[in-house]
Amino acid sequence: MTQDQSAIQDASSEASWISVSGLHKIYKTRAGGSTHALADINFKVRKGEFISIVGPSGCGKTTLLNVLAGLISKTEGSAQVAGQEVSKPLPEIGMVFQAPTLLPWRTILGNVMIPVEIQKRDKKQYKQIAMDLLKLVGLDGFEDKYPNELSGGMQQRAGICRALVHSPSVLLMDEPFGALDAMTREYMNLELLRIWKESNQTIALVTHSITEAVFLSDRVIVMSPRPGRIAEIISIDLPRPRTLDMLTSDAAGAYVQRIRHYFSSSNVIE
Amino acid sequence: MKEKLRNRPEIFLVPVVFIFVMWLWETLINRLEVKETILPTPSRIGEALIMQFQNAYFWQNAWVTTKEALYGFFFATLFAIIVGTFVSQIKIVEKTVMPYLVGFQAIPKVALAPIFIIWFGFGQTSKVVMAATIAFFPILINIIEGLKSADSDRIRMLRVFGATRYQIFRKVQVPSAMPFFFAGLDVGILLAILGAVVGEFLGSQEGLGNMVLVSQYNFETPTMFAILIVLSLMGIFAHIIVRAFQKKFAFWADNSHIVGT
Ligand SMILES: Nc1ncnc2c1ncn2[C@@H]1O[C@H](COP(=O)(O)OP(=O)(O)O)[C@@H](O)[C@H]1O
Ligand SMILES: [Mg+2]
Repeated sequence: MTQDQSAIQDASSEASWISVSGLHKIYKTRAGGSTHALADINFKVRKGEFISIVGPSGCGKTTLLNVLAGLISKTEGSAQVAGQEVSKPLPEIGMVFQAPTLLPWRTILGNVMIPVEIQKRDKKQYKQIAMDLLKLVGLDGFEDKYPNELSGGMQQRAGICRALVHSPSVLLMDEPFGALDAMTREYMNLELLRIWKESNQTIALVTHSITEAVFLSDRVIVMSPRPGRIAEIISIDLPRPRTLDMLTSDAAGAYVQRIRHYFSSSNVIE
Repeated sequence: MKEKLRNRPEIFLVPVVFIFVMWLWETLINRLEVKETILPTPSRIGEALIMQFQNAYFWQNAWVTTKEALYGFFFATLFAIIVGTFVSQIKIVEKTVMPYLVGFQAIPKVALAPIFIIWFGFGQTSKVVMAATIAFFPILINIIEGLKSADSDRIRMLRVFGATRYQIFRKVQVPSAMPFFFAGLDVGILLAILGAVVGEFLGSQEGLGNMVLVSQYNFETPTMFAILIVLSLMGIFAHIIVRAFQKKFAFWADNSHIVGT
């Protein structure tokens, strides 16, 4: 970390695609009080890196992603994506939500094309990209179906295509697989790694599954609650490409143990 | 066919009940020798209905009432869309206007008919205004509720991709309002017919409401019943048309009618 910071400023925006420093977020509550949701958050993410954020419920994970997505204001500090200070949603960013959040009156293709329409990009050109993405996640042939005709896992995959269609360099994911069953979840994890390899995005994933975080990430940011702080940032030195077998390895087990240790007192995550 | 009857016995029961009630009605009236001017038999009402159908004068009047109801419905919908959009989008407009709208809704609208006749005369205009006045509020409330019903997660999703306020309105709020809008239209069209007829009751030279009054004056009770049937047929027909539009433009909300996929 300290070496990174001593690097030349211009080059550092190249090296770190997401850069958060001294970030605080204080919510004003309706009762007149305030919640210190994020306290002095500092971290950097390299271009093309895959990081996960884990921590107990209410420790500010969603708040952090929302700041990066430009959805909510910062109380103090800085959050930069691709060298720009985030103060409103940037076209640089794609986001996947916990629920698929597809619009039921649009076809799957129509849903995937939402960012293209909103950002007034060339529909013809991006339609091809959308179709390629649908194919990549195994949804070719479903483009003219409506969301209610697809299973939850398929809908979530369409949601991922929607987040990727405008080729954002950063993908933010807020517990995207939380609602899926264990089998589908493992499959989606592999799928995500495949997409990541093809598209070379910088990914920040919030998850409540420690195993998932270890399996997917280059680094795991462990957060502690009230006020939300970073407890530790752990590099996961497992070889890539990763396979499900690796999860049962001693190395992976050690990482999981180490992260779990942070929550043994509070016992449960989410 | 047998399967269908077992699953939906009403297909069989509805006509049976109808025939039974008609038979009972007919028999009782004949037995008790009730005067036709008080309550005619179904067969006499049927005759009156067929007679009216062969009469150009009836069709002219039916057309007048239809026109009044449709114009009233159209203006009610138009104003409801305009007012509903402003009220749902601009908080201060909502806060300012809502008390007046609620106060307006508290007026028994039928009581306004005599005033409308003073303002707009005995012609069709006063009936159109009456129809629009009665139909307006339920359509408006549904539009406001519908536009506000837009799911906050969907709005958040659009905002992440950089949507402007207008894009959020256009791409999420308006579609979300569609099922509510059609529910409002469904009620509104029936109220518009009611409004037109009430307007005619209180002073008119033409229209089905006027025909009811003339029949009453001449003690032609079967004709009064016949026109009542025509009015309810108009309502049913309007309802079917609204439902057809709803199925086309708000198909996603119509779960109960999705058969297989
Ligand atoms: N809009 C808000 N207004 C007030 N408090 C909020 C709001 N959103 C979140 N919080 C509070 O901030 C803290 C962090 O919430 P959140 O970021 O959703 O946590 P997580 O996603 O880790 O579960 C919680 O204590 C929550 O109650
Ligand atoms: Mg959360």
